[in-house]
Amino acid sequence: MGFLDISHVTKSYGKVQVLHEVDISVQEGEFLVLVGPSGCGKSTLLNMIAGLEAISSGDISIKGRVINGVHPSKRNIAMVFQSYALYPNMTVGQNMTFGLEMHGVPKAERERALADVGKLLQIDHLLDRKPGQLSGGQRQRVAMGRALVRNPDVFLFDEPLSNLDAKLRVDMRTEIKKLHHKLGTTIVYVTHDQIEAMTLSTRIAVMNKGYVQQLGTPKEIYDTPANLFVATFMGSPAMNILPATVVMQNGAAHAEITDSEGVVRRLRFSQGNMAEWAGKAILLGIRPEAITDPEGADRKSGNIQPFANRVTVTEPAGSDTFVTMTLSGKDVIARMRADASVAPGQIFDFAVNMEKAVAFDPVTEARIAG
Amino acid sequence: MSAATQDTAVRTGRVARTFIYLVLLLFALFYLLPFFVMLTNSLKPLSEITGGNMMSLPQVWTLDAWRSAWSTAQIGVEPTGLKPYFLNSLLMVVPAVAISTMLGALNGYVLTKWRFRGDTILFGLMLFACFIPFQIVLIPMARMLGLMGLAGSTPGLILVHVVYGIGFTTLYFRNYYASFPTELVKAAMIDGAGFFRIFWRIMLPVSGPIAVVSVIWQFTNIWNDFLFGASFADLDSMPMTVALNNLVNSSTGVKEYNVHFAGAILAALPTLFVYIVAGRYFVRGLMAGSVKG
Amino acid sequence: MATQSIDADFRTRLQDWIPKLVLSPSLAVILVFVYGFILYTGYLSFTDSKMLPSNTLVGWENYTKLWALSSWITAIKNLAIFSSLYIVICTLIGLTLAIFLDQKIRGEGVLRPIYLYPMALSFIVTGTAWKWFLDPGIGLEHTMHLWGWESFSFNWIKDRDMAIYTVVIAAVWQTSGFVMAMFLAGLRGIDNEILKAAQIDGASNWQLYRRIVIPLLRPAFLSAFVILSHLAIKSYDLVIALTGGGPGRATELPATFMYSYTFTRNSMGIGAASAVIMLMTIAAIMIPYLYAELKEKKE
Repeated sequence: MGFLDISHVTKSYGKVQVLHEVDISVQEGEFLVLVGPSGCGKSTLLNMIAGLEAISSGDISIKGRVINGVHPSKRNIAMVFQSYALYPNMTVGQNMTFGLEMHGVPKAERERALADVGKLLQIDHLLDRKPGQLSGGQRQRVAMGRALVRNPDVFLFDEPLSNLDAKLRVDMRTEIKKLHHKLGTTIVYVTHDQIEAMTLSTRIAVMNKGYVQQLGTPKEIYDTPANLFVATFMGSPAMNILPATVVMQNGAAHAEITDSEGVVRRLRFSQGNMAEWAGKAILLGIRPEAITDPEGADRKSGNIQPFANRVTVTEPAGSDTFVTMTLSGKDVIARMRADASVAPGQIFDFAVNMEKAVAFDPVTEARIAG
Repeated sequence: MSAATQDTAVRTGRVARTFIYLVLLLFALFYLLPFFVMLTNSLKPLSEITGGNMMSLPQVWTLDAWRSAWSTAQIGVEPTGLKPYFLNSLLMVVPAVAISTMLGALNGYVLTKWRFRGDTILFGLMLFACFIPFQIVLIPMARMLGLMGLAGSTPGLILVHVVYGIGFTTLYFRNYYASFPTELVKAAMIDGAGFFRIFWRIMLPVSGPIAVVSVIWQFTNIWNDFLFGASFADLDSMPMTVALNNLVNSSTGVKEYNVHFAGAILAALPTLFVYIVAGRYFVRGLMAGSVKG
Repeated sequence: MATQSIDADFRTRLQDWIPKLVLSPSLAVILVFVYGFILYTGYLSFTDSKMLPSNTLVGWENYTKLWALSSWITAIKNLAIFSSLYIVICTLIGLTLAIFLDQKIRGEGVLRPIYLYPMALSFIVTGTAWKWFLDPGIGLEHTMHLWGWESFSFNWIKDRDMAIYTVVIAAVWQTSGFVMAMFLAGLRGIDNEILKAAQIDGASNWQLYRRIVIPLLRPAFLSAFVILSHLAIKSYDLVIALTGGGPGRATELPATFMYSYTFTRNSMGIGAASAVIMLMTIAAIMIPYLYAELKEKKE
C-alpha cells in the first residue's frame, strides 16, 4: 500500500463516464505527473484527490485513511492552481496564512510558518503586497508558498506553469524540482506539457480519454511506450510513425519501407521476437534523434544502419538541425547536430539507430514487446 | 480597450465633422431643454410664467415655489408640501435597496460558485420575473398585502420592491461573479473556509463595483416607481412620485406651474444626485446587466 | 470507510445543502409572488369578479367582452402606434448618436451624461416636464408666439388624434440616450482591426457602417428591441403624468386600461383578462430572448 492510493476510481457525469478504473499508488516523496491532452480526465482526477469533485466509485486514501467524501480542508492536502487563485483582497501574507487561520492555528505559529516559507521561497519582502502588485513569477511563488505553509501530506499542482512565459516557465520548473529535492514532499502534478512531465516527475501517468494509458518512470514512458498514443504524445518533435511490413532476410527480421525515391528498403530489427510478425504489417516508430548523420550516431548502439534518402526541408534550430524527409509516404523528421551540412533536395546519408526503434500492432495500437 | 477606441479606423472629412458636431449639439439641446425650462420656471413667480415666456430667465428670482413645493403645497387634502412623502420614499428605498442587493449577491454567489443541477432553469425563472408587466400581479398583491397586514404600509412597499427587484440584482451579481475565477473558491475550500466564510472573506471584498451598480439601479427604480406606490400605498406611506402626481394633477384651484416644476425637480434630485456622483457605474451596470452588446 | 471521516462527511453534506437553503427564500418568494400571482390573475380572468374577487367561473366571457370594448381597442391601437414609433425612433436616434459619438468627438465626456440623464428621472417627472412644455397655453406654442411666430401651432397634447404622439416624444426623450449607450458599448466592442481591414479593402465610411459595423451590432439591436418593447408594454406612469389617458381616452394604453378597469371601474375580471394579454405579449418576446441568452452562457 502506498502513501496516496487511488484504487478502481471512476467518474461519470450522468451517463458519460470520464474516468475509467484508475489505479495508481503513489509512494511517500514521489513526484507523480498526470499528463495528457485536454479532456483526458487528468484535472478531474486531481480535483477528486482534492475533494473538489465527488468520486463516482472506487476509493482514494491518504496514509491508509479513505478520504472519499471528506471535506477538502480535512484531507491535509494543498493545491496550487493554474490561475494561482490568490485572494485579490488580501496581502501576500494573509493569502498564505488564510488556511492556517481557518484551521484555528494561533497567530504566533502562523507568523513563524509564514516567515519560514517566505524565506525558503525568497518572497519575504513581498508579504505586505497585494497579489495585483506582483509579477507572474512572484504570484506563482506565493501560490506555492500558500501550499507549503500548510505543511500538507500531499501537494496537488494543477498546471501551475501554464500562465507563465516560456523563459519563466523553465526557471520555475527547475525551482519546483529543487524544492521537491529539498523537502521530499509527495506531489501530484497535472500538466499537458510533456516536457514538464519528463523533467519533473519520478513517475508519469499518461492519460487519454479517461484511461491511464501508461504509468511508469520517464525513461520507461519515453523508451518503451505502451502504445501508439503514448509514443506520439511524449517527445518533441513527435516520434515518427511509418507503416512497414516485417520481412525475413538471412534469418533476421527486417522492416520493409519505401524511401523518398520509391525504392523498397529494409532495416534490420534489434528486437528478437519480430520474426513472429513475418509477412505482417506493423507501424514502425523511430524517434527523431534516432535518425542522424553518421558522425552524430550513438556510438554505444549495436545496430546503426546507413540509409540514403532525399532531404525535403532543413530547419536549423540553433542547438540542433531538424531535417524533414519522406519515408513510406510519410513526413519523417530527423534530429541532427547543428553543424551537420545538409541541404534541401540533396540525397543525404543518414544513420538510423534501430536499437531505439519500436513497433506497434496496427490494429490494437499496442507496442509489440521485444 | 481604451487604446483601441483612441485609434478609430474611420476617418471623416471636415464637412462631415461639422455636420456631426451640429447634430450632436442639437440633441444635447433637445435633452437639456425640458430640464432647463423646469429649472428656470421654478425660480419665477407664477405671474411671470402665465404672462411671460417659458424660455426666458426669471426677471424676479425667487425660491417661493421651492418653499411651497417642499412644505406648504396642497397634496390631496393636507397642505403639507412634498416633505413627508420625500421621507416616505427614503424610508421605503433604503431598506428595499439594502435587502434586495444583499439577496442578489447571495443568489449570484450560489448560482455561479455552487452550481447544481437545474440552476440555470431557476435563474431563468428569476430573470423572467424581471420582465413581467406588473399589471399581472397587482390584484393578487393587493390581497396578499391585506392578508399579511401590510396593506398601505411602508413595510408592504418594501416587500413588493424587494420581490420584484431580486431578479435584477441576482442577474447583476451572477454576471459579475461568473467572471470571478472559481479556482479562488476552490482554494478557499481547501484552506478550510465554508460557504459563508468564503462569501464574506473572499467574494464580498471584491464585489464593490457590482454592489454600486446594483444599489444605483435599485435606488433609481424604486425611487422612481409609481405603479406600486399608487396601488399599494395609503396617505401615510405614499411615495414621492405619487405625491408629485397628486400635486400636479389636482384639479382644484389655480395651476401653480412654478410649484409643480420645483416639485418635479425635488422628486428628481436624489436620482440625479446618485447619477451624477456614480453615473459611470450606472451606465456600466446597465450594460453589464440587461445587455450583452 | 474510516470512522474519523464521519464528522467531515457531515460537514461536506451540509455544504451541499447550504447553497440551496440560501437560494430558497428568494426562489420561494419568486414562485409565489410572480408565478403564483400570474396563475391567480389568470384564474380571475375566467371569473365574474367585479370589485372583489369572485369564484364563479364564466369561461371566456371576460375576453369576449374585453375585445368588444372600444376603449380596449383604442388602447391596443395606441400601443401599436406608440410602441412601433417609440422603438424605431429610439433605435434610430440611439444608433445615430452612438456612431457620431464614436468619431473621436471632443467633449464626449460632457455629451454622454447629457444624453443619458433623462434615464435617471422618474416617468412622472418626465411627464410633468413635457406636459407643460407642450401645453399650448404656456409652453412651446406660447413661446413661439411671443417670439413673433404668430402662426406657429403645436397643440398635439390637446388633440385627440395627435396626443399619443406626444407620449412618443416624451418617451423617446427619456430613453433614447440609454439606447445610445447600448449601441456605443457595442461599437466599442468591435475589433478595430476588422475596420482597418475593411478600409484597406477599399470600403467607404458609408459601406463600412452598412456592411460591417451595423451587422456586427446585431446583439445590441436585439437587446435594444427587447428592452424597449418591454418598456413600451409596461408604460403606465408616463401616460398618467403626461395626459392622464386623455384627452378623453385618446392616449389610453393597455396598462392604464387594466388599472382603471380593475381599481376604479370595478371590473376586475376584465382587468385581469387584459393583464393576461399583456403578459402573453411580453412573454412572446422575452422567452425566446432569455432562452437564447441562457443557452449561450451555458456553453
